[in-house]
Amino acid sequence: MTDVQERSQTDPGPERRPGELGARELARWLWRQLTSMRTALILLLLLALAAVPGSVIPQSGVDALDVSRWKDQHPSLTPVYERLGLFSVYDSAWFSAIYILLMISLVGCIIPRTFHYLRTIKAPPPRAPRNLLRLPDHASYTSVDGVDDVLEQARVVLRSRGYRLRAPDEGEDAVSAERGYLREVGNLVFHVSVIVVLVGFAIGSLLGYQGGVLLLQGQQFANAGASYDDLDPGSLFGSEDFDPFLMTVDSFDIEWLTEGSAAGTARKFNAGLTYRESVDAAEQTYDLRVNHPLTIGDTDVFLIGHGYAPVITVRDGDGNVTYDGPSVFLPQDPSFLSFGVIKPPAAGIGFDGFFYPTFALVDGDPVTVWPDDLEPLVSMLVYTGDLGQDDGKPQSVYALDTERADPVLKDDGQPFRLDLRLGETQTLPDGLGTVSFEGVEPWVRIQISQSPGKLIALGGVVLALIGLLGSLFIRPRRIWVRARRQGDATMVEVAALDRSGGGDVGEVLASVVAELRGPPPDDAPDPPADQTDREQDDRP
Amino acid sequence: MTDTAWETLSNQAIGVAGIFYFLALMVHLAEWASMRAPKATRAMARNQAGQARGGVAVATGGPPSAGEGAEAAAARSQRVAFLGRLGVILTIIACAGHFVSLVGRGMAADPNRVPWGNMYEFTVSGSFFVVLMYLALHRKYALAWMAPIVTGFVVTVLMVAVIWLHSEVAPLTEALDSYWLVIHVISAVIATGAFTLGGIASIMYLVKMRVGETTTGPMSRVPSLAVLDRTAYRVHAFAFPVWTFAVLITGPIWAHEAWSRYWNWDPKEVWAFITWVVYAAYLHARATAGWKGRNAAILAIIGLATLWFNFIGINYFSTSSQHSYAGGAPAVVEVRGAPAPSLETR
Ligand code: HEM
Repeated sequence: MTDVQERSQTDPGPERRPGELGARELARWLWRQLTSMRTALILLLLLALAAVPGSVIPQSGVDALDVSRWKDQHPSLTPVYERLGLFSVYDSAWFSAIYILLMISLVGCIIPRTFHYLRTIKAPPPRAPRNLLRLPDHASYTSVDGVDDVLEQARVVLRSRGYRLRAPDEGEDAVSAERGYLREVGNLVFHVSVIVVLVGFAIGSLLGYQGGVLLLQGQQFANAGASYDDLDPGSLFGSEDFDPFLMTVDSFDIEWLTEGSAAGTARKFNAGLTYRESVDAAEQTYDLRVNHPLTIGDTDVFLIGHGYAPVITVRDGDGNVTYDGPSVFLPQDPSFLSFGVIKPPAAGIGFDGFFYPTFALVDGDPVTVWPDDLEPLVSMLVYTGDLGQDDGKPQSVYALDTERADPVLKDDGQPFRLDLRLGETQTLPDGLGTVSFEGVEPWVRIQISQSPGKLIALGGVVLALIGLLGSLFIRPRRIWVRARRQGDATMVEVAALDRSGGGDVGEVLASVVAELRGPPPDDAPDPPADQTDREQDDRP
Repeated sequence: MTDTAWETLSNQAIGVAGIFYFLALMVHLAEWASMRAPKATRAMARNQAGQARGGVAVATGGPPSAGEGAEAAAARSQRVAFLGRLGVILTIIACAGHFVSLVGRGMAADPNRVPWGNMYEFTVSGSFFVVLMYLALHRKYALAWMAPIVTGFVVTVLMVAVIWLHSEVAPLTEALDSYWLVIHVISAVIATGAFTLGGIASIMYLVKMRVGETTTGPMSRVPSLAVLDRTAYRVHAFAFPVWTFAVLITGPIWAHEAWSRYWNWDPKEVWAFITWVVYAAYLHARATAGWKGRNAAILAIIGLATLWFNFIGINYFSTSSQHSYAGGAPAVVEVRGAPAPSLETR
């Protein structure tokens, strides 16, 4: 790792004026800049900074509704934001530019470092520096053993500690040892894995899709693009990639908490499914719950929400049924107060309003006091006129286009409001017919997705973590032991060098020295504390 | 014991913990105040207080020279050592109370569960792990100098939690009821605790850089720049893989099961990612000429700021986060293209 650093320190490039740079040299210079550690650092910081707006501005990939709400509130900022891609930051050109540059830079530094590593992996530890006592971490002592004995013992001790030794040269008076070669491997594995993760992520967003659908109890779903309420396919996802399964929600169960501060929230809800993996496959069942998705082929099916669909029957003035069936009402808040519309086709009449699962009047205001449907009530306004049912334009099933329609009024000129409890029927004014509230059915919100590449991404992160652990905790070190005859004793010098920058070799040095010296003879005084030099602690 | 009894126990235990943390803080401040003493005495006090251990923290003064050790000085150094030990003991007691409080929260819920269903529990767990990491690493990294900062920090955080964030025990909402959540949150909270300690070391690095190596006053208690830098690095090096595990492995697995997308650029995820990237930059900075030391410390502090912002701030800042710890919102769905009617029009 130090090679990258050294290069930027020692190789500032030839001193030339810019005009003299040839195209080749310019390219080389640019490449070197791009793949330098400093550039990687700055790109990382830029990436962090660039991710911020996406957490503040609503994102269309996360919450499209929020985006349109925001756009309505900020009409003048909207075009600017759209131009800058601020509603989908993580797909925007500038965000992509940053991480692509980072990836290029990453590849550009992995490759040369891999070669460099392969070259050095076989290299023996370097010879001992001339003066070991110049190194920041060193110790010295005298021994009564001979030089060769001391060196041999040093070899044994260091080898047993997992050090690689340099084969002794002729006349060499020192042992060179090194360990921690795998740190660099860990580092490389980590950096390669970052790329693997990105590839997995990219596969998922290009070849996968994500869609959602609301299903009423009893309703069948056939997995094809047209069946979805909303669909967000990756750009390389084709309609032939849908797994051809069929499924039906047979039952829906929910358990409401009735006590404690979370009373009124669902503890459990599950949807009983029957499904076939393809039209002619055998029927299977599955109990779909939150956190327990169903996997069919490459597709995952998730239960993420639920709500109510009041069953309403509308009759016209002549008593003919113009509408009959459950209509999905969407919860507006945790109380499950829900909003929905009813649009009998071609009848020139429409309804929109609220569904109260457990209706009550509190201080004269209509509220729902409980999310379970214990006392259900629908409260709707009635519109007549051109409700756009017939002009062929695509319409939301959750909104009524009342631009060219008028609310039905009471005699006093106030809008007429239908308030129906379960089982009630009410007659509309002006001979418009009757409306009956027949029942309530549950619906579930199902999320369906294919995320190819997710295992690649997961494998990549796991590998990255393993590499990271190696890179952070394997300590590459060198130790040298030199022995010289001095008078009738042997002078032993030991020095240690940490090559990772975060290491504390003082302790290692002390323990190696202690092992080399063996247990002190009983009558010997304790070795002076300053034998092992600890000055590395104050080294800048 | 009934659930209510457990909840009461939890509330009482957190109160006791708070009091003991506060006492520990006072004792540590007294300890520091006692160190205003002539140079030689101070050095001695420091040596006796066990600061110069393990080759990590190093006394800048030499060993106390003979003859200087007046009786007053010896008494003072003894007092400092005593206060230091007392502070740690008080912190251990407080930490035990803190733990009891967490257990109580978990037992008070029906069914029993891990205590991190909401912001209050998150904050209490987070600060617990700060203390736990501090106590665990106390000897290894000679963190005694951090004592007043850690205790002060925890007292503040607990105060915020109890006053503003407290909420009654509630069961986990459905999406939070997953063992991946347990692993995810344990690792995230451990990493948060460790990053916080590392951040304290980095902050002190910058402070020390400004103040310089003093031999008097409280700052003389803080280890040298090199030691601070290395302590910070080691703690961060421990926290970073844990964070990686929490945010990039268990988080996405859980998200995949609960919400069908392993990565959705939800604000909470975005900030966890930002934190990760900033700390990756920190690790790089330590190996880059010109970025070592001061700039690396600044990056570590930015990382810590993003971390705690994500922990607390984003919940108030962003409405669209699906990580709705702030309240147990049920799975309310919004369908794209649906209107957002308001009651006023009725
Ligand atoms: C041009 C691109 C890059 C270069 C030259 C580079 C180089 C290096 C080097 C030399 C180290 C070792 C530092 C040390 O020993 O402390 C390192 C560590 C690290 N790098 Fe990179 N890196 C690059 C891109 C990235 C990217 C894109 C990421 C993450 C998204 C990343 C994340 C990390 C992390 C987390 C470490 C910590 C491991 C450690 O400290 O040993 N790097 N990088």
